[in-house]
Amino acid sequence: MIQFKLTIMKNLIIYVAILALIVSCNSGDNKAGSGNKNISITAAGATFPMPYYNLAFKKYSKDTGVQLSYGSIGSGGGIRSLTDKVVDFGATDAYLSDNELAAMPAEIVHIPTCLGAVVIAYNLPGVENLKMTSELLENIFMGTVTKWNDPKIKSVNEGLELPDMNITVVYRSDGSGTTYIFSDYMSKVSTMWNEKVGTGKSLNWPVGLGGKGNPGVAGTISQSVGSIGYIGSEYAFAQKINYASVQNSSGNFINPDIKTVSSAAKTEIPADTRVMATNSSAPDAYPISGFTWIIIYKEQSYGGRTEATAQEIIKFLDWLTGPDGQSIAESVNYASLPAEVSSVAKSIIRSITFEGKPVLE
Amino acid sequence: MSDKVTKTLLFSASLIVLIVAAGIVFSLVGGSVPAFKEFGIKFIFSNVWDPTDGRENYGALPFIAGTLITSVLALVICIPLAFSTSLFIAEYFRNTKISNVLSSLVDLLAGIPSIVYGLWGFYTLRPLIVSLGLSDQGFGIFTSSLILAIMIIPYATSLSTEIIAMVPAELKEAAYSLGATRMEVIFNVIIPNAQSGIMASYILAFGRALGETMAVTMLIGNSNMVPSGLFDTGNTMASIIANQFGEASGLKLSALIAIGLILFAITGIVNAIGKYLIRRFA
Repeated sequence: MIQFKLTIMKNLIIYVAILALIVSCNSGDNKAGSGNKNISITAAGATFPMPYYNLAFKKYSKDTGVQLSYGSIGSGGGIRSLTDKVVDFGATDAYLSDNELAAMPAEIVHIPTCLGAVVIAYNLPGVENLKMTSELLENIFMGTVTKWNDPKIKSVNEGLELPDMNITVVYRSDGSGTTYIFSDYMSKVSTMWNEKVGTGKSLNWPVGLGGKGNPGVAGTISQSVGSIGYIGSEYAFAQKINYASVQNSSGNFINPDIKTVSSAAKTEIPADTRVMATNSSAPDAYPISGFTWIIIYKEQSYGGRTEATAQEIIKFLDWLTGPDGQSIAESVNYASLPAEVSSVAKSIIRSITFEGKPVLE
Repeated sequence: MSDKVTKTLLFSASLIVLIVAAGIVFSLVGGSVPAFKEFGIKFIFSNVWDPTDGRENYGALPFIAGTLITSVLALVICIPLAFSTSLFIAEYFRNTKISNVLSSLVDLLAGIPSIVYGLWGFYTLRPLIVSLGLSDQGFGIFTSSLILAIMIIPYATSLSTEIIAMVPAELKEAAYSLGATRMEVIFNVIIPNAQSGIMASYILAFGRALGETMAVTMLIGNSNMVPSGLFDTGNTMASIIANQFGEASGLKLSALIAIGLILFAITGIVNAIGKYLIRRFA
């Protein structure tokens, strides 16, 4: 017995020693890239790209010593914080309208950082590879089709055994960029949706029930047989949730993954990148996809900030939209920017100035 | 000298509470002005909640209805449970081991975080309601009221237990000596003597139910309509604020703050009614 206890003690001591070693190594690493330690950058906004930003910010901090922090307080909060100039840059899933741009205290620019999608998740035991058309989505989410074995669903999904069961629609009860992308797509493909429901971060839903956040919707769907709803792709991919393929504007049924979502950006991109990538014309594009943006003042000399800070911020944004940053995006299930969009982003970053002079050459 | 210091300290402490309360009212009223300007008194009675840009239209009725229905239902479910528990602890098994255990258990209920109640409701209670065939997916008014009822039991029980225990033994003994049964003592001596305190504890519990957010959000279904039945989905004031505040701006933000103000007012009214009842029956 005593022998046994001694062994445990011995093991414990070894574990503690190893732990201490790891911790000290880590802190040593942190010190390595310092030099910019007194510069700290704060940002806040959209929750949708949070896993990506958290990881990228951490990596960049570790490599360069610049202190970065991101508060995922929602796109609306990000815009408010930038307006009040309490953050260095904001993040949003919906680009600012012309009115909102005019309401900002100074000119801002949008920098796309990655793409995400909205997947149509469902819970029907034994039913795999469900297909959805825009018309079916309209019928289901507006409550005109209420049974899973409705002939309309059957005709699109020939060969699938669809049960005689009520459809439960699940949506986001909180305001969210995910809802915005979904409703933007629906408004583009359905006039009835556009008239009755419209586009927004939260909506006046005709049917169904709400869950809070992606986990709330995903949890409700996984717990309720017969339910269908929409979930942010970054969450759905990581959680291995069952989702449907959606017919795009070229008539192809596309399964969402980081390639098909990235393809959605292969459309006409305006110079300020303020465009929704939903219902893309690219034949291999998943149709319910969209950009997420970082928003920042074009003139960085305000509120007593130094040129050094401005430089670090712009360098970071350049890194984030470059290959290193983009590979981090893919590692957490976001689609990277296609080359054309990436170069547009780079030129926008180079248009940012400090006292009238470009920060990055 | 020390008397003066104590007085100043106490006075400034209570002044801070007053300032905070006034600040809450001030910012709630200030924030809700745009919503009331836009919709007027109709804001309270309209059941439309349409946040879509360009045709924004907000009404608080679905949330007021959801809050009041779930809270009243929770209180109705809670009262028989809480009343029997306090009689058990303070009268039938007074000062015994079992009543000590029971009263600690009830107090323990108050310490459970509301997210845990929500999860329990989501994973345990909701499937039960589905399997009983009461509703398709188990979300709704009834499910949230059940969870709320369990959550407010400790508030309704603790205080009324104390009050029932405080009923003078002489009164009860007098009743017994006149040949009263235990039932008669409870209904003719204990309740009339303790009713104002019991009432106060139920009002406290009701106030708690009005403001509960997390567990309700997880179970009520979050559909912004006036519920049409016990098993229909709905939404409450606290829950819509928690859900939508993060992304709200402009008129919607103001509408949410106005809902906060209405909740504040309802809680105030409930407390006032409570105080009145307590005074009347005391």
